[in-house]
Formats: sequence, structure tokens, C-alpha cells
Amino acid sequence: MTDATPSPAPATPALAGQIGATPLFGAYGIVKRFGDFTANDGVDLEIRAGEIHALLGENGAGKSTLMKILYGLLEPTEGVVTHRGDIVKLANPEAARALGIGMVFQHFSLCENLTVAENIALVMPPDMSPKALREKMSTVGATYGLHLDPHRPVWSLSAGERQRIEIIRCLLQDPRLVILDEPTSVLTPGEAEGLFTVLERLRDEGRALLYISHRLDEVRRLCSRATILRGGKVVGACDPRQESARSLAAMMVGVQVGEVKPPSGMPLGAPRLVLSNLSLATSGLHGTALSDISLTVSGGEIVGIAGIAGNGQAELFDALSGEASAPEAGMVTLDGVPAGRLGITERRRHGACFVPEERNGHAAAPTLSLSDNALLSRHATAGLSRFGFLRNAAAKALAQRVIAAFDVRKAGPDPAAGTLSGGNLQKFLMGREIMAEPGILVVNQPTWGVDALAAAHIRQALLDLAGRGAALLVISQDLDELFEIAGRIAVLHDGTLSRAVPASETSREAVGLLMGGGGIESTPSSSAMEAMAHAH
Amino acid sequence: MTLDVLQMVLVTIVAAATPLMIAALGELVVERSGVLNLGVEGMMVLGAATGFAVAVETGSTLAGAVAGAGAGLALSALFGILTVVLAANQIASGLAMTILGLGLSGLVGASYVGMKRESAPHLAIPGLTDLPGIGRLFFGQDAFVYAGFALVAGIAWFLWRTRAGLALRAIGDDHTSTHALGLKVRKVRFLAVLFGGACAGLAGAYLSLAYTPFWAPAMTAGRGWIALALVVFASWRPLRVMAGAMLFGGATVLQLHAQAAGLGLPGQALSALPYLATILALVLLSLGRRQGGSVAPASLGRVFTPFR
Repeated sequence: MTDATPSPAPATPALAGQIGATPLFGAYGIVKRFGDFTANDGVDLEIRAGEIHALLGENGAGKSTLMKILYGLLEPTEGVVTHRGDIVKLANPEAARALGIGMVFQHFSLCENLTVAENIALVMPPDMSPKALREKMSTVGATYGLHLDPHRPVWSLSAGERQRIEIIRCLLQDPRLVILDEPTSVLTPGEAEGLFTVLERLRDEGRALLYISHRLDEVRRLCSRATILRGGKVVGACDPRQESARSLAAMMVGVQVGEVKPPSGMPLGAPRLVLSNLSLATSGLHGTALSDISLTVSGGEIVGIAGIAGNGQAELFDALSGEASAPEAGMVTLDGVPAGRLGITERRRHGACFVPEERNGHAAAPTLSLSDNALLSRHATAGLSRFGFLRNAAAKALAQRVIAAFDVRKAGPDPAAGTLSGGNLQKFLMGREIMAEPGILVVNQPTWGVDALAAAHIRQALLDLAGRGAALLVISQDLDELFEIAGRIAVLHDGTLSRAVPASETSREAVGLLMGGGGIESTPSSSAMEAMAHAH
Repeated sequence: MTLDVLQMVLVTIVAAATPLMIAALGELVVERSGVLNLGVEGMMVLGAATGFAVAVETGSTLAGAVAGAGAGLALSALFGILTVVLAANQIASGLAMTILGLGLSGLVGASYVGMKRESAPHLAIPGLTDLPGIGRLFFGQDAFVYAGFALVAGIAWFLWRTRAGLALRAIGDDHTSTHALGLKVRKVRFLAVLFGGACAGLAGAYLSLAYTPFWAPAMTAGRGWIALALVVFASWRPLRVMAGAMLFGGATVLQLHAQAAGLGLPGQALSALPYLATILALVLLSLGRRQGGSVAPASLGRVFTPFR
């Protein structure tokens, strides 16, 4: 497994003795080139029945490419895929499904305007009647505890329910190998637990699972073997249960990931960002109304807002950034200035900076160059325009400073933002705002879909900014992240914010419960949070 | 004899509605697969010219109808190559097809201007066709009309009762997801475009072979655009296309009657009615939109290129 030369079966004797001589599926010497770019470079992978095999790697390490080859979506330039020792050709996903390979996509491959049953029927044999399909669905649903109404349209379902469709769709084909791509990235902790139970059950039934995740704690919990990819090559294999999250991350990125260190014992400054009884009606049909949100963020402090997507995070961010106006100016105070009715640029002039969740299309214009993107948010505060005319040289210089300071990897001197990988673009966008030295910084999902090294870099930059006296509000779905950097944590559920409690006095379980709405409806949120915090 | 007068009005409405219905049903299938074909007018008018020319040369209305559909299909094949295979912009390509179709039809029909043919034969069942009040309406139409209604039923059945129809709707909803599932996005879309082109050509042939059995340049007079509006008006459902076609056809007939009766309302205002109705339908659709869902095929008009 560890060397990159093609080495067909037999495999490691120790494992072979236990589970059988030939692996269920093998990929040997896989090379995939896209023009000049080599996405997979001599990758070997063996997957055995009855194991959950982790595939680890940074963004761009070649995991997705390898997965697509195994699912018949891409043809390898070189190399072979084997099934029980025989070389097979996976020309398309039907061929892969015929061999018993199923796939649960990260970005669900569901048609939103079709019903659950219709989405499942798409991959079933054409002669199956709708009635037979419904019966099979309910059988599988009962066996694995995956219940779904077949007639609901997909757009009305939550992320967890949508994933259930993907899993049922996969299980209905009685797969021997299930490939899961970042399956927990959109789930609540509770939903993730449910998924793990299903996965363990599938493993115990003798199926093989290929598990791809950024979340190393999950990998250590679930997987018995891991193959680590870096730059398209296999750089290591290990038993994740014997490793720490840090050592796994180090193997993935090739260097030791620096542990993020919070500045300790610094006294908090004066309140800089104050929300008082902020309420906001929904702007559109799909929005969540904010009700009566009060919060104070002091200088030198990071306050984390946890919550499941769609509980008002986007609305809260808009109300803070000025994309949505608050009903009264006093509901949002920036460094003592009532800013609730001010526009975005005005708020920036008062020393606030904002990084929205969507990188492409919200934080950055994908087709514009990095320097133009620097202009977009900094034109008023970095002296990038004079008498209404742009100072392009100054914008380029600013972009270059950000690129250097935040180690942004890119092709060409000033490429279009959309050509950068997610992690690098996020570093650029965070750098663009952090280097403005804002007094107040509001960030929504700072490390969404960003690899471990870049995420650590971003988190450290946030902590350093707080250390310099800024007030930070970080909205994130990633509890590990919040517990790593936030001093206090509040939970946003259905447009209501729980009281912010010190991170050291609460637990993931307590926060997870609040995220699911536990205790908020019936009792006042603050007391529920306290009770929860003390219970642990 | 008011019953017979009413029947006569209804018969003319059905006749006016049939070309709209056939062209709109074809376009509905195209749009359900996610492709917006703005070339319907061009395909229709080319079908009218080719259909008339072939019918004159062969003396057969059936041959003319087949040739008309074939001409629409050929032009839509060009559209399909541009938009589905080469992933060109659908709107620009569609407009180009309309202009090209109008030009080509003039060329094809040049030597047939002014000729006249017998219109397509109407059904005549002794006893039934002569029934007072309803006989002509139900049992005395030409084959195009019956074909149009058969298409309504056939397309509704295909889209909601067959696996291929499900695949087509799924591809129109999200081409990225369906491609990832292994569905043949471009093949299905190309076939849908061909079907839509053939329907538009057939609708055009109806005009020159049955509705007004002669050829005149640009004789479709914007019916292709009405068909496009009709698909939106019908919120992409075949039965509503049928109802909408009757409504729009009715507006056309009403306009003629209004002019004949010397109503104060200008005819132009009445011929604008279908478009006003479409705008109204669009407003109602967006007002009454279900939360999260979309009535239009979600991938409509979006160019698809399979990932690397």
C-alpha cells in the first residue's frame, strides 16, 4: 500500500489471513491526467469486505478523482481496477453499480423538484413498478431506521433527510462497496451519530465502506484502515485508531499542523459590537426571522455562534454587515456608533469587516482578478480610489500583500478568484479583511470546505486579530472549530440566540442539543443553556 | 340554430388552437429536458413551406405533413448540435434558428407562392359527423387535430408514467446531479430537441396544408412565439397547454369576429391578449410559488458541459 509502484494482489499477509486473500476491490497504479495536471499519480488502494476504509487527504490531493474512477465517472489514464482479483472495466456508473459499488455524494445528486421516490427510481432497474419500489424503500427504511415519505418533494427536506435518500438509494442496490464522500459535512451531531450507527451496521453485514472525510475524529472512531493521499500520490497507510488527529493531519499535509493557541489571560476590552433586541422579519420566502437577539462582543474576544444552517445565520450576518437594515439604528452598535440603519460601506468606515459564507459570488466575484476583488471590499477603507477613480496599482499592491501574508497559492500574478482552490481563496478573503485591522470582524463559516492546514492558518489569524484587541463574531457549524477558538459560545436556533456561555463551561453535547432546538421552545433559553452546561 | 353557430365558432377555435398546441407540446418536452428553444417560429415556418412544397409535388397531404415535420427536425438538429453538443448559448442559437428558418422557408417556398391546394380531408363518419351541435366538433376534424390531442395524452403519459420521462424531467431539473448518476444528459436533451423540432415542423405543415391551404412567406405570423409563451402559461404541463391553446386560439378567433362586428376595440389589442395572459400567468406563478420549489425546470436554459 505504501509504495507507489503497481503491486497487484496478494496484499499485506496479516490482513489477508484474517479477511481473505484477495481484496474485494483494488485499484492499482491508477494515473489520471487532465492535460498537464496529474490528479492521481500511481495510486494503489485495496478495500476489503467488512471494513470501513478511510481515504484522507487535503483539498486537491486527488481523493475525488480516485472516487470518480471507482464509480465509473472517470476513466483512468493508466492503471486497473479489480473486483475479487479480476480486472474490471468501469466505463460508466451503471457498470460500477452492476458490480455492487454504491456512492453517497457530498453534494447530493438529487433533483430538488422531484419526489423522494422519483429520485430513487432514477437509479433503479427500469422495469421496477412504483409500488415495488415503495415496498423496498419501506423495508430498507425499517431495517436501518431510515424513514422517508416517498411522496415529499426533495426541496422540502432537510440536509439530513436528503442524505437519507442518497443512502437508501445506495442500499436498495444491495451494494458490496459504499463510497461516502464527506458524509457528515452537512449533518448535525445527532444526525451524524445516526449515520455512524448505520455505517457500523453495514460494515458488520460484511460490506466494504470507503469513507472520505476531513473530520479526523470521525475517521479515528469509525475506520480500521486509512490510505492517505497527498498531491495525487499515496503517502501513507495506517490504522487511524492508533493515531491521533494531529498525527493524521500531519501525514495529510506533510508538515506538522501547528496547534492553534489562544492568547491566554488577556483582559477583555470595552464592548465593541453590541446587538440589542435585534429583530428582523424574513426578507424572502425561505428566510428565517430573527427575534430579539442581544449579544455583546468585547475587544479581544471571539464569540462563536453555533447552529444548523438555515436557523438564521445568513440573516444575522446580513443584519450585521448591513446587507439588511435593522428596524432601528440602535439595534446594532459598532464601537458605540448606532449602525443598524447604515449601509455596508458606512459600517466598514466605522472599522468593521465582514466575511460571508459563500466564497464564490458573495465574498468574491469569481471572474474578477484578486486585485479587483480586493477593491470590492476595501475601496473605501484602503485608499484604493481617488476622486472616484480607481487606483489599480494600489489595489494590486494590496492583493500582493495579502497573498504574501496569508500564503495564498495561485497560478499567475493576479488570477481570477474563481481559479483558486477553495482553501486558498478563503485564505485570500480572510486576509483581505484581517489586514484591514478591523476593530470588529464578523465571519460566517471561516473554514468551510478548507483543508486542515489552511483551516489552522485561518483560525490562528483570527485568534491573533482578537489578541490585538478586535472583537470577533464567528458563525460556524463546526463545533470543533468553535471550541478551539471561541471564548464564549451561543447557539442560534430558529432565529433565536441562546445566551453566550464561556466555552470552558459548556460541552459539545450541550451545544449540540441546543442546535437541535432542545430546551429552547419550552423554557427560557438562558436557563436551559445553564442547566445544560452544568449537567456536564 | 344557435347551437350550430356555437359549434362553428368552437370548430374555428379548435382549428386556430391546433398549431399552437402541437408546437407548444414539442417545446414543452424540450424545456422539460432543460433546453430553451427560441427557434420554434423558424422551425414552424420552415415546416409550413416544406410541407406545402412536398404536398404539391407529390399530391399527398400525408407526405407533406411528414416532410414538414422532417424539415423542423432537421433545423432543430442544427440547433441541438449548437446548444447540446457544442454548448453554445441557447438564446442566441434559438434566435438564429428563427431567422434562418424564416429565410430558408422563403427560399423553399419561392416558386409555390400563390398556389392553392385542397385542404387536408376532414373525418366523415356517417351518422356521427352529422350529429347536430357536436358532430362537426368531435367527429369532423382533420387528422392534425386528432394527432394534436393524441400528443397531449401521449406526452402526459410519457412524462409521468415512464422511466424515460422521469429521466427527462430529472435532467431538466438538475443536469449535474443526473450526470453524476450516470444518466445520458446530452443524449436525452438532443432527442428532446429533435422531438420539439419535429412538432414545430408539423404545426407549421398544419398551417399550410389544412388551416389555410396555401403558402405565403412568414405565414406563421408569430405563432411560434405564442407557442413559447403558451408553455410558460401552462407552467410546463401538457393538459394546461391544451387548455391554454384553446384560450389563445379563442383570442385569435375573437379578434376576427370583433373586427367583423365592428367593435371599437382595435384588433391589435386583442392579438396582444395571449401575451398579456402569459405575463399575468408569470406573475401569478411567482406570487403563488411554493416555498423552495420551482415550477419551471430548474436547469432551463443552462448550458451543460460534463465535468472533466
